[in-house]
Amino acid sequence: MLDKSYYEKTDEIIAVYGAKPASLIPIIQDIQSEYRYLPAELLVYVAKKIGITESKAYSVATFYENFSFEPKGKYVIKVCDGTACHVRKSIPILERLHKDLGLSKDKVTTDDMLFTLETVSCLGACGLAPVLTVNDKVFPSMTPDAASQLIRDLREGKVEL
Amino acid sequence: MQKLENKEMLNQLRDENKERMDNSKCRVLICAGTGCLASGSGEIYEKISELIGENPDVEVHFGPEIAHGDGPMEVKKSGCHGFCEMGPLMRIEPLGVLYTKVKLEDCEEIFEKTIKNGEIVERLIYSQNGVQYPKQEEIPFYKKQTRLVLENCGRIDAEFIGEACAHDGYQAFAKALFEMTPAEVVDEILESNLRGRGGGGFQTGYKWKQVARQEEKIRYVVCNGDEGDPGAFMDRSIMEGDPHKMIEGMMIAAYAVGAQEGYIYVRAEYPLAISRLKKAIQDAEAAGLLGDNILGTDFSFRLHINRGAGAFVCGEGSALTASIEGNRGMPRVKPPRTVEKGLFEKPTVLNNVETYANVPMIILKGAQWYKGIGAENSPGTKAFAITGSVKNTGLIEVPMGTTLREVIFDIGGGIKGDAEFKAVQIGGPSGGCLMTPQLDVSLDFDSLKKLGAMIGSGGLVVMDNNTCMVEVARFFMNFTQNESCGKCVPCREGTKRMLEILERIVAGQGKVEDLDLLEELATMITDTALCGLGKSAALPVMSTLKMFRDEYLEHVVDKKCKTGTCTALRSYVIDPEKCKGCSKCARNCPVGAISGQIKEPFTIDSSVCIKCGACESACPFGAISVEN
Repeated sequence: MLDKSYYEKTDEIIAVYGAKPASLIPIIQDIQSEYRYLPAELLVYVAKKIGITESKAYSVATFYENFSFEPKGKYVIKVCDGTACHVRKSIPILERLHKDLGLSKDKVTTDDMLFTLETVSCLGACGLAPVLTVNDKVFPSMTPDAASQLIRDLREGKVEL
Repeated sequence: MQKLENKEMLNQLRDENKERMDNSKCRVLICAGTGCLASGSGEIYEKISELIGENPDVEVHFGPEIAHGDGPMEVKKSGCHGFCEMGPLMRIEPLGVLYTKVKLEDCEEIFEKTIKNGEIVERLIYSQNGVQYPKQEEIPFYKKQTRLVLENCGRIDAEFIGEACAHDGYQAFAKALFEMTPAEVVDEILESNLRGRGGGGFQTGYKWKQVARQEEKIRYVVCNGDEGDPGAFMDRSIMEGDPHKMIEGMMIAAYAVGAQEGYIYVRAEYPLAISRLKKAIQDAEAAGLLGDNILGTDFSFRLHINRGAGAFVCGEGSALTASIEGNRGMPRVKPPRTVEKGLFEKPTVLNNVETYANVPMIILKGAQWYKGIGAENSPGTKAFAITGSVKNTGLIEVPMGTTLREVIFDIGGGIKGDAEFKAVQIGGPSGGCLMTPQLDVSLDFDSLKKLGAMIGSGGLVVMDNNTCMVEVARFFMNFTQNESCGKCVPCREGTKRMLEILERIVAGQGKVEDLDLLEELATMITDTALCGLGKSAALPVMSTLKMFRDEYLEHVVDKKCKTGTCTALRSYVIDPEKCKGCSKCARNCPVGAISGQIKEPFTIDSSVCIKCGACESACPFGAISVEN
C-alpha cells in the first residue's frame, strides 16, 4: 500500500486534466515524472477515477515505451541510437556504459538505484551526434571515455543537471 | 499583455516591436535550440546579459557605414540557426556577424571588441578552405539556402510574441479573418498546391476542402509534431524557434474548415519544444489571438498540447488521433478517412508542423507567388536535417528541386575527414538509399518516388565508405520491428522474420537464399500491411539490396565485411614484422586462440577466435589489426 501522499498528489494531477477517459495519458505521464515510474496502484486508482476499466488502463500503459512499472534510478541515462548517432558510433558508448555500470539489456537499473540506462531512437540533436541525455540534459559529441568520465562525475555530484 | 481587440491593435503591436528592434543599438542573438544549449549556449547567454546589464549606457561605434539605432542593447535567446555542428552560435545585429563555437571565455572580448566597436574577433568567425566568412549570409552553408519557413529561426526571440508579430506574425491570419471567406482560404491553399511535408506529399488544400464539406459541424485541427524519424529534427526546430508561425497556420486552417478546437501532438523527447509551445499558446491567449471572439470577431479557437509517450507509430494519422483520445496508438483500417472521421470521430484536418508553417506566407503573398518557388508539382521549399558523415551537419531549407549534390557538397561541405561518399539515406526508416549516380536527381516528391525512395519528413543521413550497408539495413529493420504496434500480421511477423535474417547475415551465418527470402518477405509486407509504417518498413532493405547487392553477397558468400563494422566477420591478424613475441596477446586471449614461441612472431587460429579484440588492445607494438 502506497503512502496517502501518493493518492493526494494523483488527485491534484487528475484535477489539472479533468476526470475523463481522454485524460489518461497526460495524467499517467505526470505521475511518472513525479515519481520517475508509474506505481501500479496509482494506475488502478486513476482508471477508477476517470471511468475506464483497469484492463484498458493497463493496455495503454504497457503500449507506450515511456511508461515503466519499475522504479528508475536517480539518474536516467538515455543513449541515443538514432541513425545519425548510430553511424557516428553510438554503440561503443552504450557498451562502455553497460560495462562501467554492470548493466545489460535486461538489467537496466543499478542496485543502488543511482543509474538507469536506456537507449532512445532519436533525440533530434543529430547535429551533435553521438549524444546521450541524463534526466533530459543533453550531452553532445560523446565518446566511450567521455561517458566513463561522466559517470564518475555524476557519482561525485560534480554535474549540474 | 494587452488584449488585442481588432486588426489595428495587431498592427500597432507589430509596428511598436518593429520600431524597437530597428532602433536597438545592437542585438545579440544567442542560439538556444536543443543543440546549442547542449554545447553551453545557456551560460553564454547569462554572461553576455550580465556584461550588457552592467554597462547599459555604453556607447557603440560601428562606423558610419553600419546604421544602428540609439535604443538599448538587447540580448536574446533565439531558436535554432541550423548550423548545429558549429555551435554554440551567436549572431550580432546590425553587423550580421555570426560567431561559431563560442566559449564562455570569449564573451568579454566579444563585448569589448564587437558589441562596443564593431570589430570582428577573427578566431570566432567561420572559415572554410582558408576563406573567412564574417557575415552569416556569406557562409556557403547559408548562401545556397532559401529560408522561408525557417526565416525567423535564429532571428527572433522565440519566447516573445511581440518579435514574431514584428516579422508579420498573425498578419496572414488577420488577412484571412477580415478579407477572405473560409472557402476562399481553402481555394488559395488548393491553388498553391502545397503538399504535406510529413512524408506522403498529399495535397493540403484537398484535405481542408474535404473537411469543410462534411455535414458534421464539430471539426478539429490537429498538428502532427511526433517527428519520430531518427535523423530528422526540422519540426523540432520550428517548434522551438518560431512556434507562432506554426500556430498561425493552424488558426488559418481552423478558420478555413470551421473548427474551434485544435491539438498539437508533440513527442515527449522534445521537452524544449513543448515548453516553448506552451509559452507561445499562453501569450497568444493573453493577446486575444486564441480563445473566444478573436480580434473582436465571432471566430473562436482553442489549442491544446498532447505529449507523445514513446511510440513511433503515433506519427501515423489514425494512431495519433487514437493516442489523443487516450487509447493505444494503433492505426485503424481506412476508410473512413481522418477528414471524415478523425479525432473523436469528427472530421479532422491533420497536417504536420512544417506544413502548417508554410500556410501563413501563402495567404499573405498568394498562391501564385508560392508556385514560383520550387519544382513543378512540388512547389515551395523543404527543410532537411543533414547529418551523419558530413562536414556541416545541421538544419537547412532549400527550394524543392535542389539536387542532392548541392545539398551534400555545397551546403553540407562534403564528407567529413578523408573518407569517400558512399550513400545517403533519405526519408528515415520508411525511405531508401541513394548513391553517386543519383546525386543529380531533383529533390521533390515525384522524382524520389520513382527511385524507390521518398522525401519522408526530410532526414538526410550521409554515409561514407566506412559504413556497412547491410548493418544499416539491419539497424532500420530493428527500429521498425521495435516500433511495430502488433496489430496486423504482415508487419508484426514479417518484420521479425526479416530482422532475424539480417541478424544472421551480419553474424556471418547468412546463406545466398536468404537474399531471395528477404525480397519475398519485403514484397509481401509492402503489399499487405495495414498502415504506412508497415507498408514502408521494408524499403530500406529493398533499396540497399538493389543498390548494394555485392555487399550482401560478400557477407553471405565470402563471410567478409570490408568496412570492419560487423564484428563477427572480422578476422584479426598479427603482423610478423611488428610482433616481438612478447606473448602478451596470448595471455589476454580469453579462448586460447593465440600461440607461439617467445621472441618469435605469434599467430591467431581464426577457427577458435571469437573476435573480441582483446589482443588488439593488449599488444604494446600495434602488431595486431583487423584484416581488410
